[in-house]
Amino acid sequence: MAIITMRQAISDALWEEMERDPKVFIMGQEVGVWGGTYAVTKGFLDHFGEKRVRDTPIAESAIVGAGIGAAMVGLRPVSEIMTINFAFVAMDYIVNEAPKMHTMFGGQMKVPLVIRTAGGGGRQLGATHSQTPDAIFAHFPGLKVVSPGTPEDAKGLLKAAIRDDDPVLFIEHAAMYQIRGEVPEGDYTTPIGVSKVQREGDAVTIVTYCKGLQLSMQAAEQLSQEGIEVEIVDLRSLRPLDMGPALASFKKTNRAVIVEEGWPSYGVGAEVATRLYEAAFDYADAPIKRVAQKEVPLPYNAALEQYALAQVEDVVAAVKEVL
Amino acid sequence: MALKKKDHLELYRQMVLIRRVEERSAELYQAGKIGGFLHLYIGQEAVSTGIVSVRQPQDRIITAYRDHGVALNVGISAKEVIAELLGKETGISKGRGGSMHMADVTKNYWGGHAIVGAHLPIAAGMALGDQYEGNDGVTICMFGDGATNIGFFHEGVNLSKVWNLPVLWLCENNQYGMGTAVGRASAVEQIHMKAEGYGIPHSRLEDGMDIMKVREAVGAALDHIRSGKGPYFLEVITYRFEGHSMGDPQRYREKDEVTKWEKNDPIGIYHRYIVDEKIATKADLDKIEQTIEAEVAEAIEFAESSPDPGFDTLFDYMYASKE
Repeated sequence: MAIITMRQAISDALWEEMERDPKVFIMGQEVGVWGGTYAVTKGFLDHFGEKRVRDTPIAESAIVGAGIGAAMVGLRPVSEIMTINFAFVAMDYIVNEAPKMHTMFGGQMKVPLVIRTAGGGGRQLGATHSQTPDAIFAHFPGLKVVSPGTPEDAKGLLKAAIRDDDPVLFIEHAAMYQIRGEVPEGDYTTPIGVSKVQREGDAVTIVTYCKGLQLSMQAAEQLSQEGIEVEIVDLRSLRPLDMGPALASFKKTNRAVIVEEGWPSYGVGAEVATRLYEAAFDYADAPIKRVAQKEVPLPYNAALEQYALAQVEDVVAAVKEVL
Repeated sequence: MALKKKDHLELYRQMVLIRRVEERSAELYQAGKIGGFLHLYIGQEAVSTGIVSVRQPQDRIITAYRDHGVALNVGISAKEVIAELLGKETGISKGRGGSMHMADVTKNYWGGHAIVGAHLPIAAGMALGDQYEGNDGVTICMFGDGATNIGFFHEGVNLSKVWNLPVLWLCENNQYGMGTAVGRASAVEQIHMKAEGYGIPHSRLEDGMDIMKVREAVGAALDHIRSGKGPYFLEVITYRFEGHSMGDPQRYREKDEVTKWEKNDPIGIYHRYIVDEKIATKADLDKIEQTIEAEVAEAIEFAESSPDPGFDTLFDYMYASKE
């Protein structure tokens, strides 16, 4: 096992898949000459050439729309939307075209497209560039939505997404490219739609994903020093949503906290809590708590922004509340 | 490529087939057997018939929601078209798509797309697929005048020139976007002039009611693109004799205007041409019309007696990848 950054893990996944399959190519703003705005595709243009590393205009509808068309006729495009905040201008393609093609024409077409994008706040980019709107995208049947929290899962899930025959929205976190983690040697994939227990414990179940996993792991360290061992379930995929491990854990601990970075209203926490209640109401020893962002467009001011975002202390407090 | 007598008779057959299918569909709609929207192609038959007759098998076709004409031209049977309109399992899209979503990828016909303008970037992506693989196919993308005012149009057309994609942008200018005349919605009434802004060669065919002229214009455009010169933009003037969709009160145009255009009926024009040029006799053409009456009657019987999709098939085409 090598220890590498999230950035390296994602870059390696893309590189290895492009080496493996000549039909895989990437397109998006600044993926080529610039090397990717988060330096994920640095060196790709020199190695793979302009045909497979395609800089595009600043035109998200064209980036995703052309990706859908190329996928329909047999290629395996990875369309990159620089940040998830720009996905809104390509919304029709992400939620209304890509997920509909296969079913709407009675199974004649498939769209093996990956839409890579980065979301999340905490980088003082202001209200329009700092969002975590994952739940919106996870609302739509036909679209697969994944959002890894570790380098290992990032690499494995991206490879799985590229090999998948359906459209996959792959959501990275803009403030997580530097985090490090162990990554297995050699070729591997991480299955889409499978949750994973990232830490075992018996006191409280934390269900989370992406940046929430980081917060939860740090909270778990603090709580452990006080003798509270939490179990952490990482959803990894928001659709299809695998509730198995979360449900099993909840039945064991009888208490749950859901940690997400986005706003709580109509969010991932709302969905997961409902599913836990629906399937295991009798197991609950305390009301389920949600930890999420305060319901406000994120401000620019650094301290104010951090105040609006969920912090490790918020997770610790929520765990203690349900105990 | 000169047409033989049998070729002319086949094109005439297709145009009459479209007309009869549309007329009978209107009746089925009035009878409550067809749901949703129904956009008839009556009046525009020369356009799709002309286009399909000059394309090569490797040329892909994609169009908007007024798609029954192309469906019949590419060889989807009247049975499969009408069964789809009735939402039956035997429909070309297995009752999942309806009027606006018909496709047959085995005939290189990629649908039937119902969000105005959204299929243009998708068409660019399909053309990219052929360019990427070194195929000499052209993607023919048909759209209405109304689609040229939305952002998708501009992103798709721009990208096609930036990447020199083998795509024919074919604007069917039927002079109204729903009920809004071109001049009330588009900054330029000569729609093809919009291509000028993207450095794409363009032209306008004033008489899109004459199939021979459509064939000539489209054939020249396809030759241009196939010779490696990149995209081409062709505007074809036509007219729909019926409303935008069923139940359109047509307050936006005078009856006289419709009557005037009906004198330019594309089927009448072609009928006269065939008889005047002594390609075939009126009796030959009458025989075709009778055959089609029977074919359409049989198709309706087939559709009405076909089964609805079973409830157990609801999720059949949810994902293309095997679970």
